[in-house]
Amino acid sequence: MLTVSPSPHYQSETSTTKLMCNVLIALVPALIFSVYVFGFSALLLTLVSVASCLLFEFVIDKWLFKNQNYSIKDCSAIITGVLLSFNLPNSLPLWMVVIGCLIAIGVAKMSFGGLGCNIFNPALVGRVFLLISFPADMTTWSKVSEYTVDGTTGATPLGMVKEGIMSGKTIADLSLPSTTDLFIGNIGGSLGEISVIALIIGGIYLLCTKTITWHIPVSVLGSIAVFSCILYLANPELNANPIFHLCTGGAMLGAIFMATDYATSPMTSFGKIIFGIGIGVLTVIIRRFGAYPEGMSFAILIMNALVPLINKIQHRRYGSKN
Amino acid sequence: MTTIINTILLLCAIGLLASIALYFVAKKFKTDENPLYGEVESLLPGANCGGCGFPGCRKLAEKMVDSPSLDGLYCSVGGEQTMEQIATFLGKVASQTEKKVAVVKCKGTCEQRPKTVSYEGISSCSFAASFHAGDTACSFGCLGLGDCEKACSFGGIKINPVTKLPEVDSNLCTACGQCATACPRHIIELRKTNKKDMKIYVGCSNKDKGAIARKACAAACIGCGKCMKTCPNNAIVVVDSLAYIDANACKLCRKCVEACPTGAIVETNFPVRKKVEENN
Amino acid sequence: MKTFTIGGVHPKENKLSKGVAISIAPIPERVMIPLSQHVGAPANPIVAVGDIVKVGTKIGESAGFVSANVHSSVSGTIEKIDMYPDLSGNKKQMIVIKTDGNDEWEPTIDRSTTLQKDITSFTPEIIKEKIAIAGIVGMGGATFPMSVKLTPPKDVTIDYLLINGVECEPYLTADHALMLEKAEEICVGIELIKKALGVSKALVGIENNKPDAIAKMQQVATAYQGIEIVPLKVKYPQGSEKHLIQALTGREVPSRKLPASVGTIVCNVASTFAVYEAVIKNKPLIDRIVTVTGTGLTTTANVLTRIGTSFSDLLNVVGGLPEGTDKVISGGPMMGRAVRSLEIPIMKGSSGVLCMTEKEAHRKPETNCIRCGRCVDGCPMGLEPYLLYALSKKSMFAELNEHNVTDCFECGSCSFSCPAHKPLLDYIRLGKAKAIQILQNEAKKEVDKK
Repeated sequence: MLTVSPSPHYQSETSTTKLMCNVLIALVPALIFSVYVFGFSALLLTLVSVASCLLFEFVIDKWLFKNQNYSIKDCSAIITGVLLSFNLPNSLPLWMVVIGCLIAIGVAKMSFGGLGCNIFNPALVGRVFLLISFPADMTTWSKVSEYTVDGTTGATPLGMVKEGIMSGKTIADLSLPSTTDLFIGNIGGSLGEISVIALIIGGIYLLCTKTITWHIPVSVLGSIAVFSCILYLANPELNANPIFHLCTGGAMLGAIFMATDYATSPMTSFGKIIFGIGIGVLTVIIRRFGAYPEGMSFAILIMNALVPLINKIQHRRYGSKN
Repeated sequence: MTTIINTILLLCAIGLLASIALYFVAKKFKTDENPLYGEVESLLPGANCGGCGFPGCRKLAEKMVDSPSLDGLYCSVGGEQTMEQIATFLGKVASQTEKKVAVVKCKGTCEQRPKTVSYEGISSCSFAASFHAGDTACSFGCLGLGDCEKACSFGGIKINPVTKLPEVDSNLCTACGQCATACPRHIIELRKTNKKDMKIYVGCSNKDKGAIARKACAAACIGCGKCMKTCPNNAIVVVDSLAYIDANACKLCRKCVEACPTGAIVETNFPVRKKVEENN
Repeated sequence: MKTFTIGGVHPKENKLSKGVAISIAPIPERVMIPLSQHVGAPANPIVAVGDIVKVGTKIGESAGFVSANVHSSVSGTIEKIDMYPDLSGNKKQMIVIKTDGNDEWEPTIDRSTTLQKDITSFTPEIIKEKIAIAGIVGMGGATFPMSVKLTPPKDVTIDYLLINGVECEPYLTADHALMLEKAEEICVGIELIKKALGVSKALVGIENNKPDAIAKMQQVATAYQGIEIVPLKVKYPQGSEKHLIQALTGREVPSRKLPASVGTIVCNVASTFAVYEAVIKNKPLIDRIVTVTGTGLTTTANVLTRIGTSFSDLLNVVGGLPEGTDKVISGGPMMGRAVRSLEIPIMKGSSGVLCMTEKEAHRKPETNCIRCGRCVDGCPMGLEPYLLYALSKKSMFAELNEHNVTDCFECGSCSFSCPAHKPLLDYIRLGKAKAIQILQNEAKKEVDKK
């Protein structure tokens, strides 16, 4: 018996699972680096995060949605788990990680209907929830290098700048890490955000496999560079240079992995560029003028909320030229 | 203290100004509407199915109030009871409409009508009909993808998962005609029925010549005309190799059902036939 | 290198029959010739059962302006004129001819293969008349009658003739083979169409995955004035009329307008070759080149096939339908149509017969939309397929019109590129049909009011 179906009779090789696996592969260099720097505890934290994300998704899927076809198979919960752990400090108690996962999967993802229906990036919602609920634990970084103040607690370069400016110092007074250290990741910070080079390797992999397009990373990083450059030129005493902004505080992690999350970014290329510029500008504003030293998470979440509006912008249609 | 007093005064002032503005706006945009509209509408079922031919219950209510008589205005969902109520309320005479029920003119179950191709695509009859002639050799019968079920607001028609044919629950069917409109093959007919819901109709829509129709489906009407000859009331006509029973002329004698060689004629809710021949 | 600018996808090419020389299919015992092989009114039969016909005898008379003549493709006896299921299973009027084995041609047809380049004796009127008599239609798949295409509205000036040698569908190589073997004839055909239209410039668009065809055509075209071969970057759906126009000239055809409105006429290479045969050799459109292909086949072929040959007869050329074939497609995998049985005829617009194995034939299971935007990036019309899909699913047909659903020409780029394997195009088609209905009803109401 022949099968009849409407055209097209051809489907591309990609599938949701394959795309998600590509993202996971791209996260591997950063994971390896974090294990190298923070040791086994980093791996444990990531594993706990991934496991609890998977568990929460499975439980909600099975007993709340009563789905037969479990959505954990598409690997998206693993990505949420890894990205959430990348946004957490190494020393965070594991029970807090589990709560973060519950918020990320339960509130930010599944309550909207699961994969593709969520408005906000689940990992960032989890992270921001933890940051607001447990500010002390979330801003305690274990020592990585000589720049961190003592053996157990340290500060991120952005934290140092924020604190320094608040106490009336200028940038030149602060002993900030060198550009090379920033680039390699010889600084304090969350698990996945420290090494710019590892993240860029992942980003190149994503671009090569066409998992993401260049629009969001380039526009985010570009607008951070341009906007911080303007501030730097206006007053170099109070504003850090653009390279410092690009290499610190999860700018790379956010631009390459968080902002490019399919469900929470715009559909069109033009929309993606607007989205990226919005994130870049907001990030610098929050970093420079806000209460928090780091603005990437908030900037992405704010722009996530604007995505439905950005999607309304009509893009170029065939026949509109004449 | 002064702050609190000032606040209260300010709020009162705003409230006063807003109420004055609202008063004038309401005055200016006031529409005169017959209050009967709303009351008649509340008597109607409120399903907004469109079965009466008007876009929603409100429009039917308006028409009922405005027109001098209720002739031609009938809510099949509410039925006679509702119509009586409205008639008494408006002081008009309710129009008498015979009870109708939807019937599906296809008996092509999976056994009777073997599949010739397997269809892969979205579950929509109107889409499948625009795309091909169905997954059996019959290009007239039911596609089985459930557009009628989706169109029905009352759950009165459902696809039987075994036969893949829609079945009408005559208790729930209100003869609104949504399913008949939704069916791209036009095989659903609103048919007169009596109190016990006894009816006889041809369960086939195939207009192909006998041999082709029979090849496609074992229960097809082959247009042989035996029923037409048997019918004592001349209620049956055969057009395009397809028999049709006129519900008004049919006296429910069931002779045609016995005469049909393919069993294409459907009888519903009759008492079980006495098997006279076997006893002899 | 030129290409169109909005959207587009890159399906795997799979041109299995690339470089396979054109072979000639045996004449079948019986042919079924549909009277409706073109857009427009079906032709009226002008023969009766029992009549003896020769190859090229007219059997169907064009029934109106937008219609085309139909000719017998074999010599033999008319066996039946009846309704038979076409590839969608709906019944269409067809003429069944039993062949006599003599293959006797109408005497007016010049069967020699000598190339005639001199076209001075043909006036535009004669060319158009001969094309209309030969029943030539667009052979790329749209099957729009050529005679209508060559009669553009009087208020437009045509400045470019565009020849479509793109063949962007995966698997198909019929046009490629034709360009390799009949380049001279195609160029004469272009000259003839140019003369009929009064156009001085012709652009031939060929995708650069056919470098041999580009080289061959370029070499031949140097001898002709005003024929330029333009290599195009490979991208689907470049063979769409609107996108070929944009790729070659940069012009865009406005919504619901014909290519003539931007001063262009597009012809397929196969139609161009048919024009050459019709005008120079007096040969009506009775055969065409069909690609017979599929990963399950042991050999693939580009076959010169008589119109009306059944799919099963044609598949015998490559050794019959292989075991485990679950789907047979008339045309290419992106826009072709799956057939219901092999007892349907090859028509003027059938460019390929593609057999798909069980593994390839079925759709992959659907998952959640992840809003990745690949459908939007892929849509060559710049529409938002994910939105049209959702609106159609929710029966919001009026809103579909606001989002230009009628511009969709069903190329399948959206469904192809979707990683969640959503049946985007199915729902868009459904919505488009309903939206067009709404538009027509509105137009009708307007007319009624007046």
